[in-house]
Formats: sequence, C-alpha cells, structure tokens
Amino acid sequence: MSEELLAHYRQMQRIRRVEEEAARAYLAGKIGGFLHLYIGQEAIAVGAEGAIRDTDYVITTYRDHGHALARGTSARAIMAELFGRDTGISRGLGGSMHMFDAEHRFLGGHGIVGGHIALGAGAAFRCKYLKTEDVVLCFFGDGATPIGGFHEGLTLAAIWKLPIVFVCENNQYSMGTPLARTNPVDVAAKSVGYGMPTDRFEGHDVEVVMERLKTAVARARRGEGPSLVEILTYRFRGHSMSDPGKYRTNEEVEEMKRTRDPVRIARDRLAARGVSEESLAKLDAEIEAEVADAVAFADASPHATHTVMNATVLAPSLAYPQRFDGAYAPFTVDAASPSEGGR
Amino acid sequence: MREITYRDALNEAIAEEMTRDPNVFLMGEEVGYYQGAYKVTRGLLEKFGAERVIDTPIAESGFAGVGVGAAMTGLRPIIEFMTWNFSFVAIDQIVNSAAKMLQMSAGQFKIPIVFRGPNASARQVGSQHSHSVDAIYTNFPGLYVVYPSTARDAKGLLKMAIRDDNPVVFLEGETLYSQKGEVPDASEDELIEFGKARIAREGKDVTVVTWGRPYATVLEVAKELEAEGISCEVIDPRTLRPLDHGTILESVKKTNRCVVVHEHWPYGGPGAEIVDRVQREAFDHLDSPVLRATNLDVPMPYAAGLENDVIVGKDRIKQTILKSLYR
Ligand SMILES: Cc1ncc(C[n+]2csc(CCOP(=O)(O)OP(=O)(O)O)c2C)c(N)n1
Ligand SMILES: [Mg+2]
Repeated sequence: MSEELLAHYRQMQRIRRVEEEAARAYLAGKIGGFLHLYIGQEAIAVGAEGAIRDTDYVITTYRDHGHALARGTSARAIMAELFGRDTGISRGLGGSMHMFDAEHRFLGGHGIVGGHIALGAGAAFRCKYLKTEDVVLCFFGDGATPIGGFHEGLTLAAIWKLPIVFVCENNQYSMGTPLARTNPVDVAAKSVGYGMPTDRFEGHDVEVVMERLKTAVARARRGEGPSLVEILTYRFRGHSMSDPGKYRTNEEVEEMKRTRDPVRIARDRLAARGVSEESLAKLDAEIEAEVADAVAFADASPHATHTVMNATVLAPSLAYPQRFDGAYAPFTVDAASPSEGGR
Repeated sequence: MREITYRDALNEAIAEEMTRDPNVFLMGEEVGYYQGAYKVTRGLLEKFGAERVIDTPIAESGFAGVGVGAAMTGLRPIIEFMTWNFSFVAIDQIVNSAAKMLQMSAGQFKIPIVFRGPNASARQVGSQHSHSVDAIYTNFPGLYVVYPSTARDAKGLLKMAIRDDNPVVFLEGETLYSQKGEVPDASEDELIEFGKARIAREGKDVTVVTWGRPYATVLEVAKELEAEGISCEVIDPRTLRPLDHGTILESVKKTNRCVVVHEHWPYGGPGAEIVDRVQREAFDHLDSPVLRATNLDVPMPYAAGLENDVIVGKDRIKQTILKSLYR
C-alpha cells in the first residue's frame, strides 16, 4: 500500500511545488491574467486519478493545473503555458485557465462557471454511444451548483444514464462568498432532484478520496448512470492571485493548513508506514529538480506565435478550404512571432 | 469640479440614485460583502444595507430574470455582471425578456432596468474573458447601449440610465476603472442625455470616432499627429444605441475623412454601423474611404505579446489614420 501512497504523495507534491513556483513567477511578472491555485485541494485530483483509468476523461474549471498534472501533462508543458510560450500545453493561447491535453484525455480548463458541466455529459454521451467502457469525471466548485448549466447537465446525464461522475470540490467559498449564502441545501442533497446516488466526505486524505470515488466510477462503468459526489476541501490561497481574501480569517486558514494539508498528511503517513525520511527527501529533491527544470524550460521557450493563433481559429475546412474570406484576415500582422510580451 | 476615478464616478452615481429613489436596488455577484469584484460597489452595502445591495450566487440567468420581473412590477434594478462575458448565460433574459416586454405587452410593461459591468479586454485573461459585447447588444431593438469613456460620462450616463424607463446595457471599460477625470460635484446632479456624442478634441483634417479602451490611445495618437501637422477631430459617441450620427456627419462634412476605432471585432457592430451611416449621408463629402481600426479578427489569445498585437493599439490606429489621409 505504501507504494501507491508514495506515488500519490509524489503527484501531490509536484502539484504543490509547480503552483508555488507559478505564484512566484506571477509576482515576478512572468505570468499574467488570472492564476487560480489548487493548493490545499491536491488530494482530490490525485485521488480521483487513482480511481480511474488512463482512457477515462477528465474535465474541470479554470482551477485546472492540478488536474492537468494528475492526468499526465508534464510540468514543463504547464509552466510553459503559464508563461505564454509556444511549448505550452495549449501553445500559449489558453493560459492558466485553459489547459487542454488531448493525449491524456484531459478535456480542459473552462472559464465560465457551469459551462463545462454539460460538456462533461457530452463526453459521457460519446462513451455510451460508442459502447466503450470509458467514464468521465467532471469537476466543479461549490459555487457552480446554483447555475443553470449544472442543473441541465445533471438532468440530462441522469435521464440518459450517462457514464459520468460529477465531483463537486466544495472548498467552502465561491470567490468571497461562503457556501451558506449561495446554496439553500448541501450540494449532496441536490442529488435527490436528479435521482442520483451521492456521497459526501472530507477530501484531504488522498486514500479516502480514491476509495470513495471508486464506487461511483464503478457504477458509471457498469452503465448504471451518474453520481454526484461532494468532497469537502479548502483552498489555502486566495480565489486567484488578485484576491486579498478578506472574507475569511487568518486563523481559519491557518487551522485548515494545520489540520487538513493533504500533502503533509500523506507524507506523515508514509513515514508512519516505515518509509524512511531519507527516501522521502530524495523524492522531494527529484521534484525540486523537475520544477526548476520546468521553469527554466518555460523561460527559454519561444513565445506563442501568430501562426498557431491564426491556424486555430477554424479547423481545416472542407466547406471553405481557404477558411477566411480575406476581409479581416488575421494575417495582416505579417510576422510569425509576436511583438515582445508584456504591456 | 474635482478629479475622481471612473470607478468612483460609477460608485457615486449608484449611491446618489439609490439615495434619491428607494425603489432602486443593486444585485449581483460579490457586490456587497466583497465590495465588488472590481470595487465599483465599495461601501454600498454599509450605506444601504443587505436588502438593497444583494449578493447573488453564480446564477446570471436567474438574477437577470429576477431583475426583469422586479422591473415589470415597479422596482428599478441595477443588475451587475461581474464581467459582461458572463452575460452570455443570461442573454435570454436581456434579449427575450427585457428588450421585448414593452412591445409584446403593447406598452403595458415597462422595464426600467440597468445591466452593467466591465466589458472588453483586460490583461491576459484569455478568450472566454475578453469579449467586447457592444456588437452583440446593439443589434437588438428595445435596448439602449451605453459605453462611457471618461469618469464624467460614466457618472452622468449611469445616473440617466437608472432614471430612464427602458432597459439599458451599460458597458464599463475594465481598463478604464482606475483612470481619473474631472467630475462635477454631487450637488450638481448632472445627467447626460443619450444620443449626444461628445467632441473630445477639435480638428480639421480627419474625423476619428472612438469609445472604450482605445479612446485614450486615440487622443494620444492625435497629439502625436498634431506635431506632424495633422489635425484630428476625435468624437466619442458615448451611447452606441441611440447613435448620434448627426455630430459625426457634421464633423465629416468639415474634415472629409473618417476613421472609426473600436475594440469589438470588425464584423458588423456599431463600428460598421457608423461607416454605413457616414457613407450614406456624407458620400459626396468624402475624400477617402471610411476606414476602421479594430481588434484583430481572432479569439483573444492568452500570451502577452499576441494579446498586445490583437488589441487595437497605437500603431494600428496611427497607420489607419495616415492611410485615410493617403500618407
Ligand atoms: C458564469 C460565470 N459567472 C461568474 C464568473 C466569475 N467567477 C469565476 S470563479 C467564481 C467563483 C467560483 O467558485 P466555485 O465554483 O466555488 O469554485 P472555486 O473557485 O472555489 O474553485 C466566479 C464568481 C464566471 N467565471 N462565470
Ligand atoms: Mg468554491
């Protein structure tokens, strides 16, 4: 068992360290726009990955670095994306909120709250349509459960018995608003309205997350339909880098870090199970090297290009091979590489 | 007169109108306890209480609809979208409910509502968070579309929007919030009428019509061109629907050239509408084709350098003006 936990610890620590470095790079002006960190919630992405197969699909919100890493996207490709580089997983066009990795069946980071929930159901529709055994894990926040997209996505998945697990990462806040002011009932209680089974548990223990999700995943894979799982968690950082976080006390945050840090909990358990401090330190050092390499790689990579940007507005077209009618051809900027970044 | 930010000008407009009329209320995500995602509503919860400054869950279609229903029955809602990008999940209520109600009911139900929030690009927030929605909402009869470029206009136009009995789409420039400008004292209660363009700078060689984020850039370019002996007349329409083409035509008849500069994509929209009206009404006065400088016709990329190239900026504006002068 400690073998698997060790692997999970490694993944969580990678996510933690990649994001800590991303935060530093953000403050140094190397990353722009919104940066929503997953720090504190790592056990969910990693535990969930342990409950599914590589051939299953994952889709999530803008808080997506952890999920991409857990799926298998490299630290290099994530850091380069954050830096707006051509070597990024979305070639510098998507940024922090829009990591996409087709190879690892990661259907992306999505920016409009609730917008991706039906997309997850759509991927599950595909799995059923093609009679594959694949399932979909669709992640979203507590703040997404009041919006229409949530209701419609769950309703359709339920009536069509789609192979999907809806996972609410309830970190207690929707930006600055505590759950009590956004939802009339617990998220899990909403499952009744869709006739779905539910589960609700604390998500700072990666082994618990994995075991509990296995039930819902197995049900989906057996063709018995979707489930709604509410996992209680906490984000240790602000909503995004620009959030001063005045809506909660320092004591609350510190208490959560002290008692519910998924990375530390896993590390302590490994030690208790007899994994030596020496081998843990060695693992940590490997991760440090990987993260440093990712930053150096991102820094040295070429900037995102006009060529890729223009070529990805529309797919190669049967109906209209030239794709653009020429009036507003984006190709008027006749350089393959953009002007230097940063305004 | 004193100098305040565009953000504070909006805040004052809301506060003054809420003080004047108890039926005016404010509703949206994070408008109360959080003091506004962009701090436009700072202090309003403390001033007016949670009954009138209402935090909503993320449910744009729901609270936009609640606003329209409340407006049908006599209240005067101000509905804030955290950004206009999120209005897309509520567009049915704006278009099918707010914009149609009066005529559908043969005049029985007025909809005195303001939908407001930050519009257009910010900084590197990517393709789903960078829409300039002016081209979308100006297409619908039954809505006014207002887009102030200065602090003074922001205040006077918002106060007017709140007092008017029609639904108003009120677009605020996200990048304009911190810009300062002269605004009359509160005691003056300045209201700015819709459909009255403002001549931001007088000139004689070319008319440049612009609003929103590029407004300040156009003024900078005009200053630079002045040094090169080119005199630009800069016009800010202030409201995109109704559109004051009279002021624009007067100017074009004097300068004989016209350039339109805007952030929404080039296909259609108020930019193309202005070009259409100018060519129809001032054809014989034109010495060159009416040109536009716009954002590039691609979804907004994340990378800083690309974004910088996509957003209409100084170089593109200058080149377009020079082109209209055959320089
Ligand atoms: C439709 C829509 N409205 C508003 C926003 C702005 N927004 C982005 S994240 C967020 C809070 C979401 O909270 P939650 O769903 O709990 O996810 P968390 O950020 O906590 O992971 C808001 C209001 C948005 N992206 N989309
Ligand atoms: Mg949340």
